[in-house]
Amino acid sequence: MHMRNIAAAACGLALCAAPVLAQKTPGTASANKSSELGPYGLGMVPTQQQIAGWNIDASRPDGSGLPPGSGSVSQGKQVYDQTCVACHGADGTGPMDRLVGGKGTLDSNKPVRTVGSYWPYATTLWDYIHRAMPFNSPQSLSPDQVYAVTAYVLYLNHIVPQDATMSRDTLPKVKMPNQGDFIRPDPRPDVHNIACMSNCPPLAAKPVKTEKPNPSQVQ
Amino acid sequence: MRDNVVRTPESGRAATDGGGPGLPRRRFMTALGGGMLAASAAATAANAQTKPAASNLPPNTPQWMKESGAPILSPPYGVPSKFEKSVVRRPTDLTPTALSSWSFTPLQDLHGMMTPNGLFFERHHNGVPAIDPDQHRLMIHGMVERPLLFTMDELMRFPSVSRIHFIECSGNSLTEYTKPANSVQTSHGLLSCAEWTGVPLATLLDAAGVKPEARWILAEGADAAAMDRSIPIQKAMDDALVAYAQNGEALRPEQGYPLRLVLPGYEGNMNIKWLRRLEAGPKPWMTREETSKYTDLMPGGQARQFTFVMEAKSVITHPAAGGKAIKPGTQEISGVAWSGRGRITRVDVSTDGGRSWTPAKLDEPVLSRCLTRFSLPWKWEGRPVALASRAIDESGYVQPTREQLIAVRGKNYVYHYNAIAVWNIGANGEASNAYA
Repeated sequence: MHMRNIAAAACGLALCAAPVLAQKTPGTASANKSSELGPYGLGMVPTQQQIAGWNIDASRPDGSGLPPGSGSVSQGKQVYDQTCVACHGADGTGPMDRLVGGKGTLDSNKPVRTVGSYWPYATTLWDYIHRAMPFNSPQSLSPDQVYAVTAYVLYLNHIVPQDATMSRDTLPKVKMPNQGDFIRPDPRPDVHNIACMSNCPPLAAKPVKTEKPNPSQVQ
Repeated sequence: MRDNVVRTPESGRAATDGGGPGLPRRRFMTALGGGMLAASAAATAANAQTKPAASNLPPNTPQWMKESGAPILSPPYGVPSKFEKSVVRRPTDLTPTALSSWSFTPLQDLHGMMTPNGLFFERHHNGVPAIDPDQHRLMIHGMVERPLLFTMDELMRFPSVSRIHFIECSGNSLTEYTKPANSVQTSHGLLSCAEWTGVPLATLLDAAGVKPEARWILAEGADAAAMDRSIPIQKAMDDALVAYAQNGEALRPEQGYPLRLVLPGYEGNMNIKWLRRLEAGPKPWMTREETSKYTDLMPGGQARQFTFVMEAKSVITHPAAGGKAIKPGTQEISGVAWSGRGRITRVDVSTDGGRSWTPAKLDEPVLSRCLTRFSLPWKWEGRPVALASRAIDESGYVQPTREQLIAVRGKNYVYHYNAIAVWNIGANGEASNAYA
């Protein structure tokens, strides 16, 4: 039964937009000369409008994908209290994905990875809220609402002040506390074993339990 | 819920058999009390109670030789024997929702190198979309000479290739860092292998004329998570595949129907399912999944980012924790080995807790970035022993021990656990995770 709900939700978003796009571009592939389609002559050249509709990414740290619009911390609280609080809690600590806190825990036995303690870029937060939240109705918030709730989550983490307003000018300038703590490039292979074949050190496993006798051995 | 995959077709077949003229299904009729054949739950219960009757064993003629079997198309899309109903994917108990969650392949019940499509592990970030392929499009844009938009029919007109590759979730075996799981299905079952058919990504990027300054490709899914990851251009042009088929048939919905990315040897989540968009750009996009989620926390609090390759790993699947208990005497130790860096060159097996090792037989074909089945004949004396396997790949990398792995990475790393697994075989023949 879950599947039907998902299907309905998905249809309401990206999929049902496809026929609309097709209507706006009569002829599809045949509208393009084969030479315009590259060496294989397949597909169509999408219109700028089609590209703009699907080109939703806005996570790049330079803010190059962010749309016009803006939202304040106080506007964000209103959006948050309506659409986010059920999963993320009034203070951003859950029950679902925790958004707030965890500062100073990343090197402990119980690291708490949140927007405040872990996420390296504020633009990623805008992008993810816009593309995937709220969980039961993704891509339903306007750019202004996404700016606002982004501002509010940053405020809850003491990263921006209470009077902050986020836009495509201000958001990329927000410096996230953990930004400098990501290691690139991949340093692996980082663990080295030797293929010892005999008289090797045993694998440090617990001793084998032997309480239960094997019936075939008893007889 | 997942049992429906098996039960629904079974109940269909039971109804067909019982209703067909001249096909008395006495065992069904008796067990189900007449006309209740559609009740799948009852049928399942009856099957569970069926035990080998002496009347079907030598010297007697088995019952199924004394009556006609089921007709063709029972059902039109074939399903496993009703006696295999326990061979199913099983869910994790670690997630609060079944929509952003995962289910495990039953490695303990499988043979060879291929994973049946219905048993391929699942990892979704907001459920499985039901996509009409006629309304699905793939858009390529960004740093390209010409943006292109393809229908599924158009994609299938490109020169295609078929290749066999494993996909492993980077979170496979995450339990083993902190709370080792006592079943090979839950400790290692975010691992599957299939033949993928589709168009090399390099072909599609050539069609669009990707510009030299493009260093990364963003891949985005058409699911409710709009799941997206940045792919290095080298991988995109090397062996990446835009796949529409899996083991000879269209992708399963759980595997990205109608279109997915396959990045051989790279962590599972990068193999974007329900692929709808590819964008070429100069730098990675720093998406949520490649910053806040699939990054690996080191001791000291720094995190590794863009750790793509799944390193060499192996596991014994028989005998194995969660699998059938073994009996003394002749046994075959069997398992799978794989590496994101290429071919498996050797798998060693130990039956004495790692003190000595013997090279196992590798089943052909041994393919790059593919599961390789290994086996070793063995005689179990009936005494407690500890079994382990150790993979070596063509880069010379030797699968590490758990102690070695944790000494470098600590226990907060979460992802990319590839240490040697050790199964203790008790005197009763049951296997358990030696670290649990």
